[in-house]
Amino acid sequence: MSERRVELEVLRYHPETDAAPRFQRYSVDCREEWVVLDALNHVKETLDPTLSYRWSCHMAVCGSCGMMINGEPRLACKSFLRDYQGVIRVEPLAHFPIERDLVTVIDDFMAKLKRVKPYLIPAQARALEQGEYRQTPAELKRYKQFTLCMNCMLCYAACPEYGLIPKFIGPAAISLAHRYNQDSRDGGRAARQEEIAAAEGVWECSFTGACSEVCPEHVDPAAALQQVKIKSTVDWYLAHLMPWLKK
Amino acid sequence: MSRKPYLREETMRWVFRHPRYLRYMAREFSCLFIGGYGLLMVWGLKRLSEGPAAWRSFLEVLQSPASIAFHVLALGFALYHSVTWFKLTPKALPVQVGGEFLPDGIISGAHYAVWAALSLAVLILAGAF
Ligand code: SF4
Ligand code: FES
Repeated sequence: MSERRVELEVLRYHPETDAAPRFQRYSVDCREEWVVLDALNHVKETLDPTLSYRWSCHMAVCGSCGMMINGEPRLACKSFLRDYQGVIRVEPLAHFPIERDLVTVIDDFMAKLKRVKPYLIPAQARALEQGEYRQTPAELKRYKQFTLCMNCMLCYAACPEYGLIPKFIGPAAISLAHRYNQDSRDGGRAARQEEIAAAEGVWECSFTGACSEVCPEHVDPAAALQQVKIKSTVDWYLAHLMPWLKK
Repeated sequence: MSRKPYLREETMRWVFRHPRYLRYMAREFSCLFIGGYGLLMVWGLKRLSEGPAAWRSFLEVLQSPASIAFHVLALGFALYHSVTWFKLTPKALPVQVGGEFLPDGIISGAHYAVWAALSLAVLILAGAF
């Protein structure tokens, strides 16, 4: 099994002792087939047990190992060392406050996620004995892609609007709202519109499209946001030009 | 345990973080040329309303090297703007027929077709044929 010496440059920040983050270099012998997360684990096990970072599944499922790798938001468990030459620079996800080393404070995202009501609000209440809600494959397909989000927040780190205007609800949360709005069983769109059709909702998006490029699950949040914009615009015209259509 | 989250300041450096941000800025920047061209048209209309002499001097200004350079630039940016937007239309306007979504090429192709039809209509109205 071939080995390679890898130079990692990791952003460190210890709130107890550091006034500001600083880079630290580690030189580690790595196996060719390792990912950046393996290299970090190796550093933690053999060189520096104080290094902090989040991870769990090591298979691009849990969404907890998002970090900036050479300036690009990526999952550390999906970034192969063999794809990088020279020093690999590892930083916490951009646009989020740093809690410690590569661990970020994600409270802002969690609060936004809650605000968009990312759960089924049934259009019609159903009693248990009426059985399950039914859906055709075509109805499922309408929103399926937007269910794949694993809340890794890479899209927030890629989005320049979120970096500049932190109150922007942002790609993943709006995509998830759209996922439920598109669901034939759901009737909660009006409740979600208050959050996502607002100025700090979808209208803060200028369609850079970076979110969709970095999304490891191919959710295509940029598509969801543009669809929300179009639907909200149609709402506005219907309400203002054809108010009699309103029930 | 003490908490002291550190927020790194966002600078304009993100523009150079990846080529996609430069491409995006170029698309945004194109609006200056498209807006400028719109203003030029309005100014032309004003000169037209002021009589034949004013109109002729407007046409002369259009033939100056600076104006030709502006037109070439504006055309380049207008094409870049249109092509990049048309490429994005399948994301904004997906059309589901039965179980499947129409292929991207059909959605953006339809936009090109409407563009061509409208341009043709303008040319016909202008008496080009
Ligand atoms: S939309 Fe994609 S990039 Fe954004 S949080 Fe979900 S999975 Fe991650
Ligand atoms: S460790 Fe779970 S996504 Fe990387």
